[in-house]
Amino acid sequence: MSEREVPLGALHRRLGARMVPFAGYQMPLQYSSIRDEHQAVRERAGLFDVSHMGEVRVGGLGALAYLQRLVTNDVGKLEVGQALYTVMCREDGGIVDDLLVYRDPGDYMCVVNAARHDDDLEWMGRQLPPSGVELEDQSDQTCLLALQGPLSLQILAPLAEGTELGSISYYHHRPGRVLGVPVRLSRTGYTGEDGFELYCDRAAAEGLFQGILDHGRSRGLLPAGLGARDTLRLEAGFRLYGQDITLEREPISAGLGWVVKLDKGEFVGREALVRAKAEPQLSFIGLRLLGRGIPRPHQAILAAGQPIGEVTSGSYGFSVGAGIAMGYVRPGSAPKGSEVEVALRADPAERGPAQVVALPFYRRPT
Amino acid sequence: MSDPSPVRFTKTHEWVRPEGAGEAVIGITDHAQAQLGDVIFLELPSAGAHLTAGQRFGAVESVKAASDLYSPVSGEILEVNQAAVSAPEVVNQDAQGAGWLLRVRLEGEIPAGLLDPQAYDAFAESDSH
Repeated sequence: MSEREVPLGALHRRLGARMVPFAGYQMPLQYSSIRDEHQAVRERAGLFDVSHMGEVRVGGLGALAYLQRLVTNDVGKLEVGQALYTVMCREDGGIVDDLLVYRDPGDYMCVVNAARHDDDLEWMGRQLPPSGVELEDQSDQTCLLALQGPLSLQILAPLAEGTELGSISYYHHRPGRVLGVPVRLSRTGYTGEDGFELYCDRAAAEGLFQGILDHGRSRGLLPAGLGARDTLRLEAGFRLYGQDITLEREPISAGLGWVVKLDKGEFVGREALVRAKAEPQLSFIGLRLLGRGIPRPHQAILAAGQPIGEVTSGSYGFSVGAGIAMGYVRPGSAPKGSEVEVALRADPAERGPAQVVALPFYRRPT
Repeated sequence: MSDPSPVRFTKTHEWVRPEGAGEAVIGITDHAQAQLGDVIFLELPSAGAHLTAGQRFGAVESVKAASDLYSPVSGEILEVNQAAVSAPEVVNQDAQGAGWLLRVRLEGEIPAGLLDPQAYDAFAESDSH
């Protein structure tokens, strides 16, 4: 099996990363330890290479109408310079992918998951009208770096000539330059911390990553890998495609009703989602282990000894100080505050008590 | 001539080091901690409990996976490394030193079938491919 090398692969190896296959790419799992990288992002800052993500430009006079039909959130409300989190669904409501939509002056850019890239493009191509909309896959020439953590602004500001970084609000973006490299500066992320995501040309990515890292080291910036990205996003309650959301799940059950705008007009999957809203099939919940143990995907969730659902994401929350999990249960079977059990090991008799808690598990201090 | 390293290893990635006076110290190997990644919980028996060579005596749980521990020797547990139980990252930092798990009073000899350092390194190398 040959995974593709990300453009920064050689740099990651020089930095001591342990590389693992992920979504068809060789990606850095960790450089030092997941714990250290997780803490760095919560307390100072971490720098991630997430260049495996896919970027698809949507242009043409019909771009807005096309996107409004393609995704569940309301792209019509998106101003130039804003970003929008949304999902796109099949007719039956099944989630094709979750994505970010950026509005630029003349067009839009969709950022999709690496593991879904090929299927997404096929799906997006099938939804195209006969004319008026052009899709351009820019994934191969685009790299994405994520600087995340409370010191992100301080670290990046002196490197971003001519841009008042602090004036970019959460879920907003602006073109600019960092260390002389043209980038899209986006105040977004997947960690629950303040931070910026920088989209740049692949030829400039290695210099940008190394330059930001060199500059930020004295403030405690660490390179961070997929391992910390997973524990951070889980604490922040962010869904992961392929685990928490799939083609077999619709966004209402997944607790993503806030990105489904049933009143915006027709879109793919709307009828199914109207039905799902009237009668949800599943509830998406958060679990905090009361004792030791770490929940893992596919482990059973039980109430009064009976299975009520399954963990879709589980790990250790370093900032929570406990094993945490998200998963689906039958509606009404696990109200917030109630105590359930999670099957912790292969042996189904080995169960740990857990409390049903609101998502996210972690909120950054304001 | 004395053996330069009296430490012996299991194929399940534990080590045992004789400490003299019939005592020995047990832990998991550096190779094992590297494979497991960040260790979060150690599940260990208490002092006074009895270990049997080749039998499960506890578990180590990392961000990645939970893994059972098997005793390289038989004996009685004299001491549990409480520092490692309360801060298991020491197992990642120094698995074959400060990250030791148990001190035991040996019952009989250290089993002859265990691997010496060279044999274990070769085994670990082949095991990780």
